[in-house]
Amino acid sequence: MNRDEARTAVLTALSRIAPEADLEALDPGADLRTEIDLDSMDFLGLVESLAETTGVDIPEADYHDVRSLDGLVVYVAARA
Amino acid sequence: MADYLMPSLGADMDEGTLVEWLVQPGDAVHRGQVVAVVDTAKSAIEVEVFEDGVIAELLVPVGSTVPVGTPLARIDAAEPGAAESGSPKAAPPAVAPRPDTAPGAHPGSVSPVVRHHAHELGVDLGTVRGTGRDGTPTRADVDVAARAQERPRVSPYARRRAYELGVDASALAAAVPGAVVHAAQVETEAAAGPVVPAAPAVPQPPAAPVSGASSAPTPAEAMRAAIGQLMARSKREIPHYYLQASIDLAPALGWLAERNSGRPPSERVIPAAVLLKAAARAVREVPDLNGFYVDGRFDRSEHVHLGVAVALRGGGLVAPAIHDADTLELEELMAALKDLVARARSGRLRGSQMSDPTITVTNLGEQGAELVHGVIYPPQVALVGFGRIVERPWAVDGMLGVHPVTIATLAADHRVTDGRMGSRYLAALESWLSRPEEL
Repeated sequence: MNRDEARTAVLTALSRIAPEADLEALDPGADLRTEIDLDSMDFLGLVESLAETTGVDIPEADYHDVRSLDGLVVYVAARA
Repeated sequence: MADYLMPSLGADMDEGTLVEWLVQPGDAVHRGQVVAVVDTAKSAIEVEVFEDGVIAELLVPVGSTVPVGTPLARIDAAEPGAAESGSPKAAPPAVAPRPDTAPGAHPGSVSPVVRHHAHELGVDLGTVRGTGRDGTPTRADVDVAARAQERPRVSPYARRRAYELGVDASALAAAVPGAVVHAAQVETEAAAGPVVPAAPAVPQPPAAPVSGASSAPTPAEAMRAAIGQLMARSKREIPHYYLQASIDLAPALGWLAERNSGRPPSERVIPAAVLLKAAARAVREVPDLNGFYVDGRFDRSEHVHLGVAVALRGGGLVAPAIHDADTLELEELMAALKDLVARARSGRLRGSQMSDPTITVTNLGEQGAELVHGVIYPPQVALVGFGRIVERPWAVDGMLGVHPVTIATLAADHRVTDGRMGSRYLAALESWLSRPEEL
């Protein structure tokens, strides 16, 4: 999966979790927990959603690599 | 035949708007089935029925706003298996004796419908004077016997509503000896004015804001007003005391990380679920924190229905319940929590989730402050808080290390417990979190 496809998959998953967030205006390097107010339940939902749509299962041990939009896109692109 | 009433979906709910009927007359319904959607100040809630039966009549049209306790529908009570027979009974149930109580039958062969009715009203059939054939008690006879029973009775729900509305339920009961006081009477009484002058004033719905006197409050304003009223009553009536304890979460989080590793995301459990489980288990050891304070006395609850404060995107919060949280396996509790949060956020909570938490937990989560001094949800008597989990220097056996730590707090009602009992709760909580594998 290339970067653009991964970005689309991540944004789709995010829009499901936080439908009210303005994802266009999202700082791609910022921590999503503070940027769009994701709590641990939301984050788990995001990881679940990505596993379903891209087949990429992000283990908890890798969570620190995927706290931002860019982090997620790079992670998913490299594995899907 | 039973009336299905507008349920009370939280201590701060006075009325609800029927937004959708999911059943029609003639439909068979089962205990726990969602039959309608009701809108409250806080959210749209799917409401369930509490018995099996057949919908006889819908009494309230879609779009109507009615007080709590108003009959919404009439339901014919079903005999076990009757609902599956494929012959919906839209007509009122036959009161006449069934063939098996035909002439020659003994008074003991009462129809199951009447027997069930008697059981519901707490009437001993042996004491009922029967007017049916051969002296068989009929449904009407049971009603007469129920009215004749001397002890004034107030249904638990009516007792709670009476408290919420500032009505003296025992005065109501005394005024009509032998009758059962139902919530609807409490509502009527409340509408007629306070029974006891000394009773606390019933909070009135807030007037429309002065700046926009002609416009209805927005949903966010309505929710804020509902929260404000309930919390103001809590602060006015409940003598809170507060305790806190720093709890080392290294054992619990270490155990959880190991449990989650190698599992797909759908099977993972988040730390909040572990905290909730521990909070529920610890309540069993200090049961005086679990229940309702109503009419000047504490009713301890046999069940731990754990209220979970859920912050809503866009502001506001609701505190629906996970039923019997202390008995659920961790996986079950996690599933219940997921369902609760998803429903709270999409505005589709179940009535049973809203109605009866016995103690509430608020978890500030990853972005929250380090501790919370909680405000108790009346008529509950305790609120447990967990602050953000932070890494702190922590000494174990004389060795300093860095551990994940949360500050657990307890806000409790001094009319029921004191600091000694409250401390015991926090100690129990810490103990459970130190041996997560036993949760």
